[in-house]
Amino acid sequence: MFDVKRHSATLLSFPFAFVIFAFFVVPLCLVIMVSFWDYNSYSIIPDFIFTNYQDIFYGCVKSLPDLCTSFATYISSLKFVFITWLITLLTGFLVALFLVFCVSTLQMQIVLFLLCTIPFWTSNVIRMISWIPLLGRNGLVNSTMQNIGLTDSPAEWLLYSEFSVTLAFVHLYTLFMVVPIFNSMMRIDRSLIEAAHDAGASSFQTLANIIIPLSRPGIIIGSIFVITIVMGDFITIGVMGGQQIPSVGKIINVEMTYLQFPAAAANAVILIITTLMIIFAMTKLVDIRKEL
Amino acid sequence: MNQPNNHLDLIDLEKRYGETLAVRGINLSLPENTYCCLLGPSGCGKTSLLRMIAGHEDITNGTVFLDNRNISNEPPAARSTSMMFQSYALFPHLKVIDNVAFALKIMGVGKTERHARAMELLESVQLHTMSQRYPSQLSGGQQQRVALARALITKPKLLLLDEPLSALDPFLRIEMRSELKLLQRQLGITFVHVTHSQEEAMALADVILVMNDGRVEQQGSPIELFTKPRNTFVARFIGGHNVIEGEGLPVSIREDRIKLTPGGSDKVTGVEFLGSVVRLKVISDRGPLTVVQSDMEFTKSKLDLGDQVKASWLKKDQLQLEA
Repeated sequence: MFDVKRHSATLLSFPFAFVIFAFFVVPLCLVIMVSFWDYNSYSIIPDFIFTNYQDIFYGCVKSLPDLCTSFATYISSLKFVFITWLITLLTGFLVALFLVFCVSTLQMQIVLFLLCTIPFWTSNVIRMISWIPLLGRNGLVNSTMQNIGLTDSPAEWLLYSEFSVTLAFVHLYTLFMVVPIFNSMMRIDRSLIEAAHDAGASSFQTLANIIIPLSRPGIIIGSIFVITIVMGDFITIGVMGGQQIPSVGKIINVEMTYLQFPAAAANAVILIITTLMIIFAMTKLVDIRKEL
Repeated sequence: MNQPNNHLDLIDLEKRYGETLAVRGINLSLPENTYCCLLGPSGCGKTSLLRMIAGHEDITNGTVFLDNRNISNEPPAARSTSMMFQSYALFPHLKVIDNVAFALKIMGVGKTERHARAMELLESVQLHTMSQRYPSQLSGGQQQRVALARALITKPKLLLLDEPLSALDPFLRIEMRSELKLLQRQLGITFVHVTHSQEEAMALADVILVMNDGRVEQQGSPIELFTKPRNTFVARFIGGHNVIEGEGLPVSIREDRIKLTPGGSDKVTGVEFLGSVVRLKVISDRGPLTVVQSDMEFTKSKLDLGDQVKASWLKKDQLQLEA
């Protein structure tokens, strides 16, 4: 007879394993499978061809040092990833540091932490769009700058630019850094900080030798969130970039609207591989730093 | 390794948290190379006192002198003191050797030299084979030795220990206790050790400060405290004493100085066999008493629960207490 008690742990893992399987493993396999299929303007044809991948990089190596569309798009996305990651990491780390080590009561910590999450009660798109009246040609920032005589004509780089895209990314995703880093920092035993202080460490030395290494899991998790989201984003880049800035997500989106599913799938696979490589490289980089 | 210049003086040391006084005007002068225990129930201010000496707690009022140097406003590392934390506070991401060498790294000592010095200390606590492990891979007793080695690497004049044995199981606690004492003698430095266990304090200390409610109730050697407790609190906290009402003021009688003779109005209500001694509970006309008899005495008397006895003691064993 099947012993429920003995297998309870296995049984309990089934629901989540099913969710992961049905909503992650199966779709991923389907995407990989379809990326090798053929297509014409009205249907997709089961096949095993590499054309979709070849099309992505068509003429890319030959035209170097000029960048083909794919390379240029990837480099543009990577640039956003890198800048957004750097800024969100820095602000996220500092906010978490402040919440954990500078706010003395737990009650105040909870209040301030909730304050950080309140913007998330409104949707991503609304928060993004609310920047537009602020940054536009006749927006608040421009008219203020002109009124106090900082500039004569409205600054064009404020909206529909790389600046506004980066600003929106930082605004939207800093919390994804704050939360995991905050979580890691909360687990740091306060007596460790005192022990470091007792050994003569300055605040900065404590930060470098104790707090940063022990926040590492949070930093990695937060970085993975931000990198994967920004790599795959096309809405923010579209809205805040005035549909003028290319992104990998946009390419996939366009291909899907033209029902070129195999091409979109191949692009998605390349995107996943690129993202995984970035994350892998990043964790290695952090490891090396630890060995020094 | 004798460092003779380590006498510690506390002058009117006071700690206030908002409205409450945690430590009320403590004066202490410890001679060189002393093992001192701060003994008291939780919340009596003993840890606050220790942390003020260590420099982890601001001093509200008063002064700390170490070797005639006013260290009250120095940061911990400049005080020539070192602290061993209650749960050891080992850095979980650093190997044992890097934990021990941490203070040297902060000072800017090169890797080879600091590792060599850390290895030396690890050898002295018999942990040199564990140097490449992480703290989580060590047993409680081993972790404690690492914490000890880490605290000693700066060659402090004064080692401050915050309940160092409370995280260990009872058997290990007794073993580590004797090692601590031995180490203190070998190093020739002063140890200040916070504990709530009177047994631990008695076993280790040259000087015990019994604390209650932010005050020192009594200070003295273990023998002085045990033979002449000053007041009810000390007599009760130190253990081994019966406190009963005397004429006006309470008196104490040591548990082993009470004689039980059969036939009387007192009644035996408890018998605990503890090996070499037997502890008896007696309800007498002067209140409940605890009586300790040697096993030989007990075998002769053959007392049992419910027996009628008479408790008596010599007048000279009766000690007058302050309120």
